[in-house]
Amino acid sequence: MNSDFIRELKALLGPTNVLSLPEEMLMYEYDGSIEKAMPEAVVFPSTTQHVSSIVRVANKYDVPIVGRGAGTGLSGGAIPRAGGVMIVFARMNRILSVDYENLRAVVQPGLVNAELTRAVEHAGLYFAPDPSSQKSCTIGGNVSENSGGPHTLAYGVTTNHVTALEMVLPGGEILRIGNPHGEPLGYDLCGLFVGSEGTLALVTEVTVRLCRKPEAVKTLLAIFDSIDDASETVVDITARAITPAACEMMDGWTLRVIEDYVHAGFPMDSAAVILLEVEGLQESVAAQSAAIEEVCLAHHAREVRVARDAHERDLLWKGRKNAFGALGRIAPCNYVLDGVIPRSKLPQTLRRIYEIGKAYDLQIGNIFHAGDGNLHPLVLYDPRTPGKLQAALGAANEIIRYCVEVGGSLTGEHGVGMEKSELMPLIFSDADFALMRRVHDAFNPTASLNPGKIFPMGKGCGEIRVRHTGPHAAPATAGTSSAAVNQSAIPVAPEPAIVKR
Amino acid sequence: MPTTSANLAERLSSVIDATRVRSDAATLSEYAVDDVTPSVMVKPASAAEAAEIVRFAIAEKLAVIPVGSRSKLGIGMPPARYDIAMDMTAMNQIAHYDPGDLTLSVDAGLTLAQLNSALALHRQFLPLLLPFYSVSTIGGAIASGLDSPLRQAYGTARDFLVGAEFIDGAGAQCKSGGRVVKNVTGYDLHKVLIGSLGTLAIITRLNFRTFPLPQASRGFVAAFPGAEGALALRRKIAVSPLSPLTLDVLNPQLAQIFAAQTPSGPEPSIFADVGASGEAASAARASLPLPADWFNPQAWQLCAAFAGSPEVLNRYAGDLDALAHSLPSELRPTSTIFLDDTTRPAIWGRLREALPLLLDSSRAATILRLSALPEAHGTFVEALRQIADRSNVSYALIARATGSIYCALLPGGGDEQIVSQLGETVDAIFTFCARQSATAFMLFAPAPLKRLVSIFGPPRPDLSAMRRVKFAFDPHNVFAPGRMFQ
Repeated sequence: MNSDFIRELKALLGPTNVLSLPEEMLMYEYDGSIEKAMPEAVVFPSTTQHVSSIVRVANKYDVPIVGRGAGTGLSGGAIPRAGGVMIVFARMNRILSVDYENLRAVVQPGLVNAELTRAVEHAGLYFAPDPSSQKSCTIGGNVSENSGGPHTLAYGVTTNHVTALEMVLPGGEILRIGNPHGEPLGYDLCGLFVGSEGTLALVTEVTVRLCRKPEAVKTLLAIFDSIDDASETVVDITARAITPAACEMMDGWTLRVIEDYVHAGFPMDSAAVILLEVEGLQESVAAQSAAIEEVCLAHHAREVRVARDAHERDLLWKGRKNAFGALGRIAPCNYVLDGVIPRSKLPQTLRRIYEIGKAYDLQIGNIFHAGDGNLHPLVLYDPRTPGKLQAALGAANEIIRYCVEVGGSLTGEHGVGMEKSELMPLIFSDADFALMRRVHDAFNPTASLNPGKIFPMGKGCGEIRVRHTGPHAAPATAGTSSAAVNQSAIPVAPEPAIVKR
Repeated sequence: MPTTSANLAERLSSVIDATRVRSDAATLSEYAVDDVTPSVMVKPASAAEAAEIVRFAIAEKLAVIPVGSRSKLGIGMPPARYDIAMDMTAMNQIAHYDPGDLTLSVDAGLTLAQLNSALALHRQFLPLLLPFYSVSTIGGAIASGLDSPLRQAYGTARDFLVGAEFIDGAGAQCKSGGRVVKNVTGYDLHKVLIGSLGTLAIITRLNFRTFPLPQASRGFVAAFPGAEGALALRRKIAVSPLSPLTLDVLNPQLAQIFAAQTPSGPEPSIFADVGASGEAASAARASLPLPADWFNPQAWQLCAAFAGSPEVLNRYAGDLDALAHSLPSELRPTSTIFLDDTTRPAIWGRLREALPLLLDSSRAATILRLSALPEAHGTFVEALRQIADRSNVSYALIARATGSIYCALLPGGGDEQIVSQLGETVDAIFTFCARQSATAFMLFAPAPLKRLVSIFGPPRPDLSAMRRVKFAFDPHNVFAPGRMFQ
């Protein structure tokens, strides 16, 4: 890394807020995915102005920039694929204001998801998106990936809860979009930027909606002796238009692993369980849970248990949310997939996943958001056994392809990142990529921000950047670094967008 | 320009079947936007044809405005150029509907009413109960960005639109999202189409999640001498465990319009009996005058709808009554009434159709949508009263608990002087909103007023970002140029 660049960063942020020695940066070379790449510098800004200045300095030295929250992402969104400087938002982790009357909070991107709910629950409020990693993942990361979670079945994913953003664009300008109310005036820019996986801008402030806790909650655990019966139950609950707040399924193998670790009270001998939650007025909760019980029994549930109190409820959810940790105890590596399917296709898709596991001689567990058709097959493998990583990747590829075949999609909540970018042509045509590339280039024309993500190599942005991952040279001269901005049929922007170096 | 029109129509016939091209003056005048008339109207039968027409327009440097039933074309700045009206109503099929998945894929030209009739057969619906409901196409509904009273419970289109197919400004058939309810594959480009006023793409197909029809529903109407009581009760309901389907406050001027006018055309019910059999009956009910014995047009009104099982409905009735009585005596309603499914549509049909009713009530009707945090509505209502009084103009308003305030200025005439007075009034509203960190959007206004005042008010810091989005979608500025910004 260019020593002048590091010196400038240290002058800007102070030496303790800049890491550049390989041994200091080891934990920043990976996230929750199976990818790895080493940044060339890691910086910790405290203010939006810092972020803007870092971006300007990086531009001066033609260094790629990657934003990172807690690094819990599962698609490689925070992996510095082309090297460069990593902006870690850990020090921008404050709640700036809470409007209890209007149910809004303004937070910095490094705030941990669960901290927001903790701060407002005394007033009966909470922040609805609840990824399993909510005790460590950040709201900035949630915004970038448009994260979901079990309760997004009823309450929507992150994009449904963001009303305004402050961002730093790849040229260093600070842009505010949206408004506290949330109604877009003109184009819905928040709708575009939420879920753009850090490829359009760096989020520096987020205005979110808060929700009021419901009057009553009931948590049910339906236990099945056959996985087909369990998945048919989910199909029937959806078809009968019963709308639980959460509807999570775990197969028998997975829940035995969890039970060994968490002791949540899951039955060790069942083929599958469904964890359901209904919320609302007492009267409606009673009616909904009765309807759900009826459907479960009609599909041969062995038993439907109702959590008797908050403790039992928390225990069941602890089991669900610590599943990935539990699985870590039995295999050195697990690869979590994130396919989405139309909900009526659940039984056949689960059968196919088990067949694929057999064909590749791999254990695949299933624990997922059944209610919205968002599957999380877990492929367990030992990378030290030759061929096993390749087998895991092959099985994953087949599973995702099958999801697409039955009318589904590549990712429900983890993002495309670098994990699924090469699968994107399964969904999108060249025309779709051309438009997405124009949108990308409208904000990030030189692919300096998070290069090598979302777009497949050769179809998108940043491929030129990804190829030269070596040490970066002296400041680039104007016009030398335009990856994928030329499209002869498309005229030049009337208002030359961003980076002027 | 008959010669140009005929000439253009002839050249277009090389791209699209000649029977779907029109250039006679009578037809073209029906497609005028503000007071600008196109040179030709085309009605593509497929997305491929629509794409051909767009490519033709790019090559010929022509401007295209996509239209549906043309009920909401008044929204937007007057077009800077307008050559081709692309009528999407021939593309009107439900392409895919999986009742068991609660998802569907529908052509842009189908009407909301037709779509919901089809869904009602499976006891489902799309909670887009927008103004001009019986004629509005699904594509126009999305492009207009309007909301419905049901926003309180179901959110806006951005909360249940899961994918789209469209022709971009390069003339290519593109898509975004999918037909699953949870999806983060690629940029959420379909969200940007909502409220884009036809300036980004030609929407050909839209994918939604659908919702179960409520079991049964009721209405609650409370009348108040002033806004304070109505807003106080609205707040009590909003912070209670109740989750009503709609929660709106109306001022007396709107109540008078409701009492005096009946919506024109067939009026399907808001949702309770959207099914084929119930529709005709509720249409008749919604067209009835409001009974004078329980609807007081001199009062502020709070209107809440709620739904559920008989037990849930009872709970609502008890709680709403108790909440109304818990107000300090000076704020309590002068009357309250519960309406069942047979009487409710008379009010809720009008609530949904409030915008067309307001447009019918004044030749120069100017309707703004203010977006403010709900707890500030008291301040807004008072400021709007003062501004309207100063301008000596009649005004009507709806204040939704979600934060939107629809404010209609209803002057007596429509001459030039009135337009310039309206300009000052609208400016005052924009200025007030800017001071309160709220936004305002002038939805409907006479074309001369829109040439005087920007529909979005003062310049905004995100305008350059908007322009980048427009340029990415539509690099040749072929779609509705000038309608979003100059």
